[in-house]
Amino acid sequence: MTRTLTCIICPRGCALTAEIVGEDVRVSGHACKRGEAYAVNECLHPMRTVTATIRVNNREDTMAAVKTREPVAKGDMMAVMQMLRSRTVAAPIRIGDILVQDVCGTDIVATRDVE
Amino acid sequence: MICHDIVIVGGGPAGMAAAAAAYDAGCHDVVILDREPQLGGILMQCIHNGFGLHKLGKELTGPEYAAVYAEMVEKRGIRVYTETMVTHVSPERVVTSQNRQGILKIQAKAVILAMGCRERSRGALNIAGSRPAGIYSAGTAQKLVNCMGYQVGRRVVILGSGDIGLIMARRMSFEGAKVEAVCEVMPYSGGLTRNIVQCLEDFGIPLYLSTTVVQIHGRDRLEGVTIAQVDENRRPIDETRRYIPCDTLLLSVGLIPENELTRAAGIPIDPVTNGALVDENCQTAVPGIFACGNVLQVHDLVDYVSEEAERAGIAAAGLVAGEISDDVEIATRAGNGVRYVLPQKIRSTAQEVSLFLRVSQPFGRVRFVVEDEEKVLATATRLRAAPGEMEKLNLPAEKLSSVRGEITVRLEVL
Repeated sequence: MTRTLTCIICPRGCALTAEIVGEDVRVSGHACKRGEAYAVNECLHPMRTVTATIRVNNREDTMAAVKTREPVAKGDMMAVMQMLRSRTVAAPIRIGDILVQDVCGTDIVATRDVE
Repeated sequence: MICHDIVIVGGGPAGMAAAAAAYDAGCHDVVILDREPQLGGILMQCIHNGFGLHKLGKELTGPEYAAVYAEMVEKRGIRVYTETMVTHVSPERVVTSQNRQGILKIQAKAVILAMGCRERSRGALNIAGSRPAGIYSAGTAQKLVNCMGYQVGRRVVILGSGDIGLIMARRMSFEGAKVEAVCEVMPYSGGLTRNIVQCLEDFGIPLYLSTTVVQIHGRDRLEGVTIAQVDENRRPIDETRRYIPCDTLLLSVGLIPENELTRAAGIPIDPVTNGALVDENCQTAVPGIFACGNVLQVHDLVDYVSEEAERAGIAAAGLVAGEISDDVEIATRAGNGVRYVLPQKIRSTAQEVSLFLRVSQPFGRVRFVVEDEEKVLATATRLRAAPGEMEKLNLPAEKLSSVRGEITVRLEVL
């Protein structure tokens, strides 16, 4: 399989081509080694930090800003979102509080205080 | 009337960094005035990550970045007036504001303007059609979704590919909406590459370049938009008109520094940056009034806002202590390929000066040339230059003392 990617390591934004054969990725179009590594990871194990919100159940019109403590597999992003939409949390909340444990291999932590 | 050494208008990233830097430079009588109930400014609704990589060496979300600076302000005991709206700044540095307690007038020795910017609205675009519900500036939608938890729409078109528009494309997708398209009138995106990849490509959202919204449909609620490609003069091409059904249109079509207070204070504004004309200390043409952050020039990264604000804070503290030097007056000018250069004036040759600039269009390999009327002062080569990425060039102090006439920054395509 061949994939075209845009490198996000630096503002140059190289157009990368990756030929994927099993666990082997052959990259072309990169200007540096970091770009090559990016393409390999992006093809084999793409990861993303999900940032989102959870509704606060004891405050009106208030959302708690949250993120996954570690990046999750790109394919798990929507699963994380669905779980967050089904939950509520209670204030007060402090930055760094773990709001939901063990979600797709990481935790959901607060990124903003809610009084 | 009460008196303070330094009064800062705005408690966003610029105001907070300026306050902490002024305090650390020896001026302990600093107050911040902000209209919101808490410090942080627009960062509080920017819940995505990517902030702080440059300045703090870690990747934070907007509220986390704001919290780092809010803590600096609090630790220094800097007085913060929240829910306080500044209504006037006089050239004599009297800052008038209003809050629940009434009207507050403060005589300052130095004022730092840090009001940030606001979004360009539909009215500025002259899009034909009715005025139904469902049309938001991207930042308004961001606040409604991220802070208040409203679902603003289910089927979305985004006009403008600046970073806020791209970020909102992902955010709306996360919230279960279908983003039909992002249209960009220019032949290139103004957003960061990383946002194009992670906010559009990850979700299969198409980006249509050289394309704009030419008509809005719907009476009570938005029902759809007509989009069309544009020619090189940005005029819509009729044969390419295409209807997209949608209930929401987000506008991410540029930011305007919020300079009403600046103008009312009689401070001259640069017609290109839409911010005050300043020297290398971020001091405006009115002595003792400084400007920094997005009210001075719209930045790409908050990290650079904090840096600029620190310069303004240190300089304001220097002014209060009577230690600010101005031995020259050298104007700077944007030459070929350069849209603007900031600061517009250099007043001291005592130390190195950083010039900030933006290019007029995307370029490949370029060399920036900084020169006066007789000679080249500095050059810098870049593999790539784009309007969406601010450039910084340093001019050493020893070069400054030999400058004849004004300084021009131009670009040579390599």
